[in-house]
Amino acid sequence: MNLRKKKVIEILKQFIACILSGIVILPFIVVVINSFKTESEAALMDLTLPTKFIWENYSIAVERGKLVTSFFNSTLYSVSATAISIIINSMAAFVLSRKRTQWNLFLYIFIILGIMLPTNYIALIKIMQTLHLLNSRLGVILLYSAMNVSFGTFILYGFVGTIPRELDEAGVIDGANPWQLFFRVVFPLLKPALVTVALLTFMGIWNDFMIPLYVLNRSSQWPMTLAVYNFFGQYQSEWNLIFADIVLTCLPVFIVYLLGQKQIVSGMTAGAIKG
Amino acid sequence: MNLNKIYPQYFIFPALALYILLFIIPGLIGIYYSFTDWNRYSSEINFIGLENYKTIFNAGSSYFSYIYNTLRFTVVSNIVKIIPALFLAIFLSENLKGENIHRAILFFPSILSYLVIGIIFRSILHPQGLVNNILRTVGLGFMAKAWLADPKWVWSSIYAVDAWRGIGYVMTIFIAGLHSIPRYYYEAADIDGAGFFQKLIHITLPMLRPAITVNLVFGITYGLRVFDIIFVLTNGGPGRMTEVINTGVFKEFALGTYGIGSALSTILFVFLGFISIFLVRLMNRREIEL
Repeated sequence: MNLRKKKVIEILKQFIACILSGIVILPFIVVVINSFKTESEAALMDLTLPTKFIWENYSIAVERGKLVTSFFNSTLYSVSATAISIIINSMAAFVLSRKRTQWNLFLYIFIILGIMLPTNYIALIKIMQTLHLLNSRLGVILLYSAMNVSFGTFILYGFVGTIPRELDEAGVIDGANPWQLFFRVVFPLLKPALVTVALLTFMGIWNDFMIPLYVLNRSSQWPMTLAVYNFFGQYQSEWNLIFADIVLTCLPVFIVYLLGQKQIVSGMTAGAIKG
Repeated sequence: MNLNKIYPQYFIFPALALYILLFIIPGLIGIYYSFTDWNRYSSEINFIGLENYKTIFNAGSSYFSYIYNTLRFTVVSNIVKIIPALFLAIFLSENLKGENIHRAILFFPSILSYLVIGIIFRSILHPQGLVNNILRTVGLGFMAKAWLADPKWVWSSIYAVDAWRGIGYVMTIFIAGLHSIPRYYYEAADIDGAGFFQKLIHITLPMLRPAITVNLVFGITYGLRVFDIIFVLTNGGPGRMTEVINTGVFKEFALGTYGIGSALSTILFVFLGFISIFLVRLMNRREIEL
């Protein structure tokens, strides 16, 4: 009797879990299915399979949405800013964590406040204009690097503390200068944390939409998010094309998620346990 | 050994310089602009004191509702995410078959861009969209409505989409926290005959404090800074019903009324400034205690 009751509860729980997962998956099924339909079929917004799979939707979306250029832009922005971020943030985190003077503690808190503070976009535009960084790819890359200083330094600071100081001392005795010590000894040991920070920074930039909205006017410089948004405005009723566009935009992030799920989750939940 | 030689201060410089130049300085200059009539249509920028703030805090002004909406969004969106996520986390940490798959699925939306999610739900909540179609199929056609254009339903729809996107993330943080609680606490409680809610209140919640803190820090800062999801779902409409501070700033930016826009931004800056001092303290206290 008790065993039977347990089994019923188990099945009930399984059922609830599947319903919940279903609610999350359903919208994605809608997107994928409808991306293969004709315009009139997609307008019905139902869950039936397309009568005929129209692969051309994808090539039309790529062409009309100028997705090749924007894919290149997104890749350029996310890869460059991620590379800059992990280098400058790990350097800063290294010294801030190793040399805990009063002044450095202040600098550290000053930097991590940026995780919470909002950006003042209007004034930012003015500054970018003065520096000739508005409507420039370099400007976007530097801006993304700046926006990621707080979070990157925060995660890496915690990780530097787990690397034994004796290694630094051994390196110095072997005659390494600070650059060699950092890049040859410490940097490689930071790898797990660097991977986490790199993945999160990459995805954050790939998904971002607000910065290009403010600082990029020329469509030739738009990343995928802004291109998709514009495409959505232009072809409001052609859901099949919009969905094809969405699938293509999500694909890189999806692949990155599959490859680095563990690191991504550990980075996003950093601090949930202790310290 | 000479610390300054091994750990040179200039290693901090590149990160700090970028951060100050493109993050802190705009924040500070924005405060100055908030006291001016800076706009696109005149080349002069005049100091006008508190005029912009008077306009915003005039109780009848629509700007005032932006602030109110932002605060309400922060409170409600966090309540509807954090409480269900806590129970979900407990539910998916009890050795249910395939719970890892369920967790991964529930987490998945939080890695996607708000823009993409906004567009997907513009289609699903469309008058001819999936939700209404399902309602009509099951005979609840009278409930079908334009979810994002109906003043009665628009906020609930936004909260629902936001929760759909964010619950998995909040849940994942709670799960990480649950894993750090030693099992024997529960075993001892079981022997004493404690029920589910007793265990929740006396063991789970106190032990989850770090995870709760993290969720509050991220949730509050996210809520106050919210932009993308509202911009894409409703763009502040119907009318100005769902306008929040950041969508308002963008509107002022597009209109060229930079002074008012800077004042709105500055209000957000001050809010978050105070809150983050409090939150940083909360985070530090946790580190000392554990």
